[in-house]
Formats: sequence, C-alpha cells, structure tokens
Amino acid sequence: MSATTPPTVRLANEIARQFHHQPPDTAAAAIANHIERFWDPRMRTDLQHHATTAPESLDPVALAAAKLVGS
Amino acid sequence: MTILKEPDFGTPASTSSTSVTVEVDGIPVTVPEGTSVMRAAATSGIDIPKLCATDSLEPFGSCRLCLVEIDGRRGTPASCTTPVADGMKVRTQTPRLEKLRQGVMELYISDHPLDCLTCSANGDCELQDMSGAVGLRQVRYGYEGENHLSLEKDTSNPYFDFEPSKCISCSRCVRACGETQGTFALTIEGRGFESKVSPGGLSFMDSECVSCGACVQACPTATLQEKSVVQLGMPSRTVLTTCAYCGVGCSFKAELRGDELVRMVPYKDGGANEGHSCVKGRFAFGYATHPDRVLSPMIREKITDPWREVSWEEAISYTASRMREIQAGHGVGSIGGITSSRCTNEEVYVVQKLVRAAFGNNNVDTCARVCHSPTGYGLKQTFGESAGTQDFRSVAAADVIVVIGANPTDGHPVFASRMKRRLREGAKLVVIDPRRIDLVRSPHVEATHHLQLQPGTNVAVVNAFAHVVVTEGLVDEAFVASRCEGYEEWAAFIAQPENSPEVVESITGVPAAEIRAAARLYATAGNAAIYYGLGVTEHSQGSTMVMGMANLAMATGNVGRDGVGVNPLRGQNNVQGSCDMGSFPHELPGYRHVSDDAVRTVFEGVWGRSILPTPGLRIPNMFDSAIAGTFRGLFVQGEDIAQSDPNTAHVTAALTAMDLVVVQDLFLNETSKFAHVFLPGTSFLEKDGTFTNAERRINRVRPVMAPKTGKHEWRIVCELAAALGYDMPYTHPREIMDEIAALTPTFAGVSFAALDRLGSIQWPCNENAPTGTPTMHVDSFVRGKGKFVPTSFVPTSERTTRKFPLILTTGRILSQYNVGAQTRRTANIAWHPEDVLEIHPHDADVRGISDGDSVTLASRVGATSLRAVLSDRMPVGVVYTTFHHPVTGANVVTTENSDWATNCPEYKVTAVQVALRAQPVDAADATEATDELAPARERAVID
Repeated sequence: MSATTPPTVRLANEIARQFHHQPPDTAAAAIANHIERFWDPRMRTDLQHHATTAPESLDPVALAAAKLVGS
Repeated sequence: MTILKEPDFGTPASTSSTSVTVEVDGIPVTVPEGTSVMRAAATSGIDIPKLCATDSLEPFGSCRLCLVEIDGRRGTPASCTTPVADGMKVRTQTPRLEKLRQGVMELYISDHPLDCLTCSANGDCELQDMSGAVGLRQVRYGYEGENHLSLEKDTSNPYFDFEPSKCISCSRCVRACGETQGTFALTIEGRGFESKVSPGGLSFMDSECVSCGACVQACPTATLQEKSVVQLGMPSRTVLTTCAYCGVGCSFKAELRGDELVRMVPYKDGGANEGHSCVKGRFAFGYATHPDRVLSPMIREKITDPWREVSWEEAISYTASRMREIQAGHGVGSIGGITSSRCTNEEVYVVQKLVRAAFGNNNVDTCARVCHSPTGYGLKQTFGESAGTQDFRSVAAADVIVVIGANPTDGHPVFASRMKRRLREGAKLVVIDPRRIDLVRSPHVEATHHLQLQPGTNVAVVNAFAHVVVTEGLVDEAFVASRCEGYEEWAAFIAQPENSPEVVESITGVPAAEIRAAARLYATAGNAAIYYGLGVTEHSQGSTMVMGMANLAMATGNVGRDGVGVNPLRGQNNVQGSCDMGSFPHELPGYRHVSDDAVRTVFEGVWGRSILPTPGLRIPNMFDSAIAGTFRGLFVQGEDIAQSDPNTAHVTAALTAMDLVVVQDLFLNETSKFAHVFLPGTSFLEKDGTFTNAERRINRVRPVMAPKTGKHEWRIVCELAAALGYDMPYTHPREIMDEIAALTPTFAGVSFAALDRLGSIQWPCNENAPTGTPTMHVDSFVRGKGKFVPTSFVPTSERTTRKFPLILTTGRILSQYNVGAQTRRTANIAWHPEDVLEIHPHDADVRGISDGDSVTLASRVGATSLRAVLSDRMPVGVVYTTFHHPVTGANVVTTENSDWATNCPEYKVTAVQVALRAQPVDAADATEATDELAPARERAVID
C-alpha cells in the first residue's frame, strides 16, 4: 500500500485482512461492527466517501463493510 | 511520620496451616509449624540477638549470636535454624548464653573499625545495636593483630559504596543477591580468615551486579551503604509511597532528613514488591530535583518564537482562549487530549473529564495506545475484563511459566526476581522470543524451551500450541464445558492442518517438535501461567495474539486460581490505571462503551454535561487528522509523543500542523519543540493520589515534598476546565477518587481512607469484594462464559525486501526507562550512555561491520545512526535496539503499521538495512531521508 493511501482506507483494509477467513457477508458485518464501536464518526464518513469515489482502493470485504457502517 | 523501622522477625514466616505452641522465657506462643525459634520469640515480643539473620532471607546460622537453650536438648542451638516443636521450652537469656554472645561479639569488634561516631551507619547499625544488646564492655584481644581494617573501599557504583573493612562476613548481602534478587553476583571469596565478600573478584561496577540494592538493604553494618546516606546523614522521617517507573508498582519508604530525600527503601509490606527493588526505583530518583526541571509555565505564539515565562493565570487563560478559538473555527471535535501512564489515576481522570465535559468530545487517548491497548481489547473480548488475571504472588504457585515477548529481568525486574525464585524451586520455563533474553539461561535458571520465532509470527505459534492441545486430547473438557462458550467453532478452526506445528514451522522458524513439546508441557503442567509484554502487543496482530493466549489458557483450564492465568507485564507504572480511568476514546471509566446510554446517563448526571455517544479519535487518528487539517489543538499530559511514537517524521509533521500544542511535563522534551504552551508538571515525589499496577493493585502515592511548580497537575487541569467554562471544584485528590468510586462499579469500595487502612487494593473492590480481588475469573468469567475467538494468523504486511533485508525489533533495558527523560537525568546513564544496535555476527560480517562501528539503520520511512554491538542473542536476520536516547531517534525508522483492532504500533517488526558508516552522524543527518519531516524540522525551534 502506498504512503499516499488515505488513512481510513489503509486502516479498513488492514482490518479486512484479518477477516478474510470468514464468509464475506459475515466478515463485512464484523468489520462494520468494529468500525462503529471504535472509529470516530468523521472517519466513518471519510471511509464511506472513499468507498463511493474510489472503491477500487478498498479490499472487497472492507468495501462491503463501508456500505454497512452507519455514519 | 518519624522514621519507619519495620520489625525484623529474623527468619521468614512459615506458610504451614498447622499450629504449634511453645514457651519462650515462660511466655507461651502459638506459631505455624516450621517457624524458627527466633521468629517464635520475636512473635512473643522477645528479640534474640542476631547478625546473620533477617526475615527476608533463609536462616544461615553463621554468626552464633542467636544461641538459645532448649529444655531437654544439649548445647546451645542457633535459634534461627532451629524450628519450633510443640511443647518446646526455650530460654533466650541465661548466664551461659550471655557469656557466649559476649565472646562472639568480642571477636567481631576486634576486627572492626571503632569509628562509630563518624560512621555513616551510626544509629542504624546492627553491629552497634548488638554490642549494646549483649552487654559488651571490653575487647580483650586488642587491635594490633592481623585484621581487615586496611581493605580498600570500592566506590565504583554510582549509588552505594562497599567498605570491606567494616564487613563481618555474615553473608546477608551474598544471600540477598541470590535469594532475593536472583543474580548471584556476590560470593564469599577465600577461606577462613581470608574470607571476604566479593563481586566476583571485580569492582561492583564491572561485576554482574544489577544495583538492585538488596545487598545494601541486607547489610547490618556500613559495609554496603548508600552514597546519599554517606553524604547527607541518616534520614529522620518516612513517607510511604509508590515507585513511578514500571508496571510492577513497588511500594517504597521515602526516607527524608528535613525536606531532603535521602533514600528510597523498598517497603516490606508492599503487596507488589514485598521489600525488593530495582536500580531505577531504589536509586534513580534524582531526576525529580534535576536542574533541567521547568518550574514555571511558558507560552509562545509560534513554535519558532522563544519561550516566555508567564503566570499560571496567563498560561491557563491563554490555553483556554486558543482552544476555544480553534473550536469556533474548526468545530468541537478539532481538539483533544492525551493522558499519561506516568500520572496518577486522579490526574488522568480529570484530563479525560476535561476532554469529555469541557472540550465536549471523546478525543481522549492515552500512551497505552502504543503499548498495551491490545491487552485491553483482547482480554475484554475473551474474559470480559481489560486486565490481567492474577496477582504477582501467584507466580509462586506456577509449575510452568511461559514468557512471551517480555524481558522481565530488564523491564520488570522486581517481578522477575519472584519468577526466578520459583524457577529455582523447580518450575519449568518456556521463553517465546526472537531474542535470547537473560531468562533463557542465567544463574540457576534455564529455559526448558526457547522458541526463537521470527518476529511477527506470534499468532502462528500460539495457534500451533492450541492445535497440539486440541488434537492430542489435552483439553480440560470439564473447564471448557462449564466455564466457556464458542469452543466447538474454535476447536474446529484450530484443529485445521494449517495451524499444526509442522505447517507453521516454515513461517515461524521454530522446529515443530519444539512447539509440540512446549505445548504438551504447558497443557499438562498442573498450573501453567502466561506472562507477556510488548513483544505480544506491538504487532499488527497484537490483539489477535492476546485472544490466542486467552484461548489457550481457557482450553487447558489455566484460569481462575493461583499459579495460572494470562498476565500482561505493563510497561509504565500506571498503564493499567490510565486505561481504567476512561482514557480510551470509546470508553468511559471502568471500560464501559460511550454508546451505552445507561452508563452515559449516570456520568451526565454527575458531570452536568452531555457526553457524545460515539468514539473520538485515537492518537494515530489525531495525527492523521492534524495532517489533514481537521484536528488542530492537543493537550499532552506527560508523554513525549515525538520520541516515543512510531514514524517520527509523521508525528512531527502532525504536531507542526496543529495550531496549539500544550505539553504538561517535567522537562522540555522532543514534543515540546512543537508546543505553544508548556505547563510544568510534578514528579511522583510531589504527587498526591494513586497508581494502579499490572496486577490491578491500587497503591497510594503520597507527597514527599510540595509541588516545585507551586501547583498540582490535577488542579491545573481543573483550572483549565474552569477557564473553558466548566467547573471541576475538587479541593483534594481524595474527592476525585470518591467520584471515580461513585461512578465505576469496579472501584466502588476504593477510597483514600480504605487504601490507608488496607495498604493497597486490587480491583474489583465493591460490596462483593470489600478488600479487593487478587485473582479474577475464579468461579465465572467477568463476561459470564469465557469466549473462544478464532484467531487466524495473518502475516504482517511489513516484509523484508532486497533493499531492507533485516527485521528490526525494539525494547528497553534495565537501567533506562522508556524515552529516558527520567533515567537519563540520573547516574543510571553510567550503564547505558547511548542506544546501540545489536546485530548477529553473521549479519555484521557480510556488511563489513565490526563491534563498536557506527552504522546507519534505515527503513522505508527514515534513517538514523548508532553504534553496532555484535551479539548472538539475535537470530540471523534480526537486529535490535532501544529508544532511550532522543539523539538516536529509533522511532525515526519505525512505520505507521499497527494492530488491526487498536492501532497499537507495530514497533516489533520493521524491515531495515544496516550499513557501515565512516563517521558518526548527528540526529539531524539521521532524519534526512524523511521527506515529511523536512518542513517540520525547518519550523521547529531546537531549544
């Protein structure tokens, strides 16, 4: 991952790597739950922005999670 | 209080539950079976003269002063080595005993300097006391014969002198070094008249001595004496307090003469240390009065301006107005605070309250973010509470001790001494660490297994342990069935071949047979305990590893009783406390999530302000947001983030980008170079409050002297809150603790009065446990059922490459403490004048590096230089350094990688290259490689 990767994208992708062993739907839900419990709402909003504008930057499971996260 | 002299019963207490009754000088006394006659006599108020005996050491029977007569027995046995027997009748004072004792004392005194009036131990000398006790009135032998009076004094140690001419060869120092400390640096050299105490034939400074002070404390004369006592005289009053260094949290007697601190002496009744100490707590307190201390508040408009001393009123008003300006321009969430694990619970509590109630957001985090945040997460998920399971005493009941990613003899030396004692008694040791730490092989201690794994593969190893347990039928099925949940899913996961020792061998570098043997040992030990440190947490899978260890302990039934458990060795004195106090951005005090409406309502009722139900920014998030321009003001309590946090260039760029950085600290530090306000803090000798150590033990920190700054830190924070329009009208820190207790169920029974009464309290302390809880999860887990969590191994994204072919891992050493702000300002610097790079001889050889060469250490984010030390402690391909000196800037090279769950930095795995440098470089050169840092350094004022 390059040094210019937005922090929220980098962090979401790092979390996603930990859930790759789970079925995608389960993983996405777990990641979304984690993000809701531990991330500042502004970071969630930023992640959702990147999920919309640069979905290719996100791991597919992280992308799915971003869509589940409440901002 | 006046000087506190603890009673000395002469020999250790017996732990027998069977009682025997004896008669000492006609007085009946009932004691546990196995008690010595000497101790039984002391229990009944009769002090038998003694010199070689003291109750911290096993009896030795050498001084022949404690002789007694026992009805029905011949001769005059030594009372220290003679155990009581039921019905025994003992006489401690008879004409025969009097004559024998005077004869013994005469011999001692005939070879002892008669300089009592000018001796540094005058008034605190057991030889002097015993001369009086036995009624010695003359020495018939004269002083002209052969003697030891001309032996040369050894002043090499910076903290104590060794004056062998005053030695009576009682061996207390030698035994203390072995029994108490476990180093075995001292010996009795020679035979007969030539016998003398010796640190291995060397000077103390050149010897294996670790300067713990146990020998000095045990010495009954002035032979081993603190230099401070020699210089200042005997102290005259005592204040009981708590050490401010590591997470062991030792209790000390601060001994003063007037208002001057003469020495710190470990307190025998201290629950954590029971009378032992290390070189830092015992001796390295000089920083508290170091001339570098800043004692007046200072402000400056820009970080390029010089500092300007101002009044407290101006500093607080300036800070408040700039904070409000920032919030007016950039939103309520544009500022935040960081609490410190070096501050008291009360000081930390008011900072998180300042952020939540006065700033109006949850942007509060703590330095535990960069050390043990994965512990909080992992143990909460599995056991239900963000804390270790045992007290330190528990290790004495362990049959197998597994040390993972910790170096207790350096990082937690007083606990390490307890651990080594148990290992000498026969407990087995498994060390899981890339580096061959001292515990692997040291005097009378040798690890059964040292699993020298590749950095970053902890989870693969712990999964392989669990795989062996599950597939070889070693699960404690009754415990799992009655106490846990999620086992079936977890067992199916862990039994998969990918977790077998044979498959992970190629990942971890640990032979499968070694893992299998170590796992079987752990699972079949009886009592098996895990102790771990930052080598577990500071990884991209730090939280996963904590859960993996918890899984292993549950599967084998090693939770909920003495001698077992999962035990974090906390880095700083109040890491546990600062986390307990609600320092994390998602949790209120007591680890309760901010989204919990009921909890928030309780706090809002007492605080009178609404609390946001959503988490705030963590420290790394604050840095990212600062660089993005959305986070612009930071209050930093007692933490040097510019030196201690990873990727220095990124940190300093973030600090430079902020409009207001407020630093509350003892000294101007690396972070203060980027600060606009400096609020001078207080040392632990000035603080009034509590610390909570790694075993959840809350200890009082009592003020030894008034704040040198004129103001307590908690009061500064309260005044800042008031300037922001929010009153926190405490008049004493006890009121802060009362509020904590009222709002936090696990602290419900804690108060300053209760601490004064009980000495210390291990939380939870409430109506169910009015004196505290030494062992957690005894009958059930805090969360009800212990939860098994599948822990897939995911390799770190930090990989070696052709450009960066080595792995750097970092740690700390015995004499220094974290960023060194304290210990570098003491004589401890004699042991560690600079950070060095440990490199395996093979890695050095292929690079043309010799021992002592200056080398460049570079990663993808930065470069620094330091001196190489060739060492086969490291495996090939792995290098190691410490971060105690800012000039080295070890964190210039560490990266932004972090634990997936908590963002705890991955300090332990950085891909680097090491190359020979022709000339040493300075710190500025060392950071040239970092693009991000350049503008920051240009704007910074180097004070």
